[in-house]
Amino acid sequence: MGNKKIERFSDNINQSLFRFAKYNEKRAMMGGYSNYSYWRSTFNVFCKNRLALFLLLIIILLVSFTIIQPYLPNQKSPTEISIDPKTNIQYVNHPPNKEFLFGTNSIGQDLWARIWSGTRTSLFIGILVGIWEAIIGIVIGALWGYIRRLDRLITEIYNVVNNIPTTIVLVLFTYILRPSIGTMIFAMCATGWLGMARFVRNQIIIIRDREYNLASRTLGTPNRRIISRNLLPYLVSVIMLRLALAIPAAIGSEVFLTYIGLGLPVSIPSLGNLINEGRLVIMNSTLRYQLIFPAIILSIITISFYVIGNVFADAADPRNHI
Amino acid sequence: MLSYILKRLIQSIFTLIIIITIVFALMRLMPEEGYFGDGYEKLDHFQREAILESMGLRDPLHKQLLDFYKQLLKGDLGKSIIYRPKVDISIILKDKIPYSLQFGLGAMGLSLAVGLPLGILMALNNKGLWDKLGTAYIVIINAVPAAIYYLFLQVYVTGILKIPMLYSEYNPISWILPTVSMSLGGMASYAMWMRRYMVDEMNKDYVKLARAKGLNNNKIMVHHVLRNAFVPMAQYLPSAILFTIAGSIYIESLYSIPGMGGLLVTAIQRQDNTLVQALVLIYSSIGIIGLFLGDIFMAILDPRIKLS
Repeated sequence: MGNKKIERFSDNINQSLFRFAKYNEKRAMMGGYSNYSYWRSTFNVFCKNRLALFLLLIIILLVSFTIIQPYLPNQKSPTEISIDPKTNIQYVNHPPNKEFLFGTNSIGQDLWARIWSGTRTSLFIGILVGIWEAIIGIVIGALWGYIRRLDRLITEIYNVVNNIPTTIVLVLFTYILRPSIGTMIFAMCATGWLGMARFVRNQIIIIRDREYNLASRTLGTPNRRIISRNLLPYLVSVIMLRLALAIPAAIGSEVFLTYIGLGLPVSIPSLGNLINEGRLVIMNSTLRYQLIFPAIILSIITISFYVIGNVFADAADPRNHI
Repeated sequence: MLSYILKRLIQSIFTLIIIITIVFALMRLMPEEGYFGDGYEKLDHFQREAILESMGLRDPLHKQLLDFYKQLLKGDLGKSIIYRPKVDISIILKDKIPYSLQFGLGAMGLSLAVGLPLGILMALNNKGLWDKLGTAYIVIINAVPAAIYYLFLQVYVTGILKIPMLYSEYNPISWILPTVSMSLGGMASYAMWMRRYMVDEMNKDYVKLARAKGLNNNKIMVHHVLRNAFVPMAQYLPSAILFTIAGSIYIESLYSIPGMGGLLVTAIQRQDNTLVQALVLIYSSIGIIGLFLGDIFMAILDPRIKLS
């Protein structure tokens, strides 16, 4: 017996001494904290940051206001050109007053209505880009991390796409496909998924073979539970961070594309369009309100999403709980 | 080491070829009107075909691609079609790159000189006033699109300090504001990474050991933490230096600096295909070379990293 070469590990095992563990929900929970809840802990940690809470409140108010604004009384249409009834001349560059809270632009459109309509467009683009990036990024990242055969191939694709400067991709797509909201979302998604996919892949490769997962697997934990309890909490924080940062990034890209003349048509107000219109009159110091108002709203939105995203990502990281 | 470099080089060339081919194919999807400049309306169908044929655009795609690569091997980037008709692209680049390089390197030097100390200060002052102020700065710069703060800086700073609003080659005072505005983004990211790596390193065991040995805090910081914290950043420095030749679209157009910044966008809008191809080729090579140099630079700084 002593010198006998063991061909297979199982050859030398007396099967009758072992039996497969059955998965038992109750006993699986015994090792953990008694009443730990992932989302409650996340919520508690998030609420400790007063600034983030305050910005969250502002964002909620702002977003709900952009939604209800067109239904409020006495609102003008963002594309309507206001005409002075006495002189029959358009209200061109009318400074802010009671009727035009934010003034009018160089062709007499109400800046107040345009800003809220633009915020709606830009937030819509940002949120859609964020969601698409998350979906594409997670799916590709998961395949990349889990299926070892795909690793080489996807790594090569990643190297190629990652080496083309983002500007080129953005400009080429918006140019070939003609400016519209759909084109813009498509162009931003074409490069946006890279970061997410890479991160998900790295996380999965790191976590997949960690001891606690091995332990779970040997204890017979079903795959579904490994994914939802062991892997997902690690990914949630990153996914939420990316989602939150995609909004300021998308708004920034939109401003950029408008700046180089490939933005949305002027008939669709967006924050990028408004900033660009404001930029054209900036030399005249009495007209600077046309740049300042959109810039303030835009900055509030981007800064809030940036801060909320970062604080939430910290809060959603299970290592920061308890 | 040598075999690693060789392997990476071959891989990089392969990646480069794929990128160029993709861009080449994308450019062929663009409308053909662009090849004629303003005279498009005046030409009839046959004249147009004749012109396209003389430009080699009616050849089969693979032949066009092959011709392009042949030319490239000779070191010839081709001639611009529309941007500056019949001028060698290398001459166009030679006129423009020095401006971008001047501002890019100046801005990079400034952002390193301010960003790294700021990051160190923030890490040493963890959760204190400096840390909070620095974080606020980083958040604002990262969240607000660059176009907005560039515009406000240009309008208000030039107004308050009574300095010229546009760039002038013979007036060095007009160089300051573009350089400073351009460095703000880099400053924020260098400070952010420096702070993060410093804080990471400061919690490691070797720092505790050094403290237990009785080393004073300054020595620990300079000899241990700083050196280790700088290594991950070293990887990005070569790319950052090389990419300064690409210029900044915003800064160069706001201050009307005749640099590289807007060239790619202009070339794409005016469908100057040879110029777009040449620029994409240059930018992607820079990206690949930068990554490669970064890996080697990092390995030199940190002997623990082995290339294989």
